Amino acid sequence: MLLLDLANPTRFLTLVQRALPWLIGATAVAFTAGLYLAANAPDDYQQGATVKIMFVHVPAAWLAMGIWTLMSIAALGTLVWRHPLADVAAKAAVPVGAAFTLICLVTGMLWGRPMWGAYWVWDARLTSVLILFLMYLGLIALWRTVDDPSRAGRAAAILTLVGAINLPIIKFSVDWWNTLHQPASVLRLAGPAIHPTILIPLLIMAFAFALLFVTLHLAAMRNEILRRRVRTLMLMQAQAAPGSAA
Amino acid sequence: MNPLAALFMRDLKLAGRVGGGAGIGVLFFLIVIMLTPFAIGPDLALLARIGPAILWLGALLASLLTLDRLIAADAEDGSLDLILTGQTPLELAVATKALAHWLSTGLPLVIATPLFALLMNLDTQASLAVALTLLAGTPALTFIGLLGAALSVTLRRGGLLLTVLVLPLTVPVLIFGVSASNAAIVGPLPFGTPFTILCALTLVSFVVGTFAAAAALRHGIE
Repeated sequence: MLLLDLANPTRFLTLVQRALPWLIGATAVAFTAGLYLAANAPDDYQQGATVKIMFVHVPAAWLAMGIWTLMSIAALGTLVWRHPLADVAAKAAVPVGAAFTLICLVTGMLWGRPMWGAYWVWDARLTSVLILFLMYLGLIALWRTVDDPSRAGRAAAILTLVGAINLPIIKFSVDWWNTLHQPASVLRLAGPAIHPTILIPLLIMAFAFALLFVTLHLAAMRNEILRRRVRTLMLMQAQAAPGSAA
Repeated sequence: MNPLAALFMRDLKLAGRVGGGAGIGVLFFLIVIMLTPFAIGPDLALLARIGPAILWLGALLASLLTLDRLIAADAEDGSLDLILTGQTPLELAVATKALAHWLSTGLPLVIATPLFALLMNLDTQASLAVALTLLAGTPALTFIGLLGAALSVTLRRGGLLLTVLVLPLTVPVLIFGVSASNAAIVGPLPFGTPFTILCALTLVSFVVGTFAAAAALRHGIE
């Protein structure tokens, strides 16, 4: 019933105001611990110090896909359940998701230059993540083109759901096509194939990234609700102004 | 007359008359093909190697060119409101419109392909292979474009946004279209594998594009 309670924007705002300082603190603690452990993690015997790029690259990639999944659920919330905050959640997530996808692409390119000998190869996973990034940008363009927020929300929801078809393609591209990008080594049936000295800092970094996303997302949702209130107030003021049509 | 048949005949007639723009797509296709040798030089061996890819790119861009009129023209003259309020299911109506649009803009591209393939130094077998993959793949482009057209119909700056929204979704069609053409020309993959996936993509985009476009129209107009 929590979701129903949160349908009231005012109640949601008070909850966010109370939770945000704690979330910011928790994010800072998690990042301190994660970065300390990552800095002290042993170098890979083949890759040397470049393996440390992974501590940023992998959590960003997980979030890039996770945020689109979240947006798809929010899209269902908009179209099916008509939850009043679903399109706010979807809109607030788009720029954050685009930023994490860009971080994933840039760190991957920086790692690829010394390891593969090129910043970019047209590998199935790299290409599908690039398409994901372009779809994030397309969604931003769609949100910015439509001036009525509820209409923009429904158009964006449909595009989000159609774009969700890309997610399984990204996840399984390294298994379906024999690519240069290595296959999954953390989330797999036979257990992680990474040594605990690297796996534990990676998981803590992933936790820190997830906290960062939740913090940014809630703050962006709060800003969007306030922005819509300002817009409504300004519309009412314009209508009440002398000489206006209504 | 069946309302769907009436809609189909009307769209075909409109496409053939002044302002329909069906021929412009083929002309644009020819220009893209003609620009390529200017960009990369008249190396016939190289042209033959990248010919299928250039033909596919040209067809993809040409099919985008006419998309913004697919639904926007109906929204302007009010016939979209009649379609929306009519008894016929909206999914069937937009599917009919997409089919008429493909017949008037997609099919001419396919027919022109063997002719334009001569400019790319492709032999008969290769040009027929490209035409066959385009025949199987261009409907997918139309159905994906149908969704973009439906999403952007109510927007002021719809045309440019339509391109940005549609192009990333067409990447799988392009990949399998070109790899099927190359498989038929040089191998070593069997032609059947990528070609079957291309046909599957067309069928999937028929279902997804039609239903999503109908949903976008229902939510966008009020």
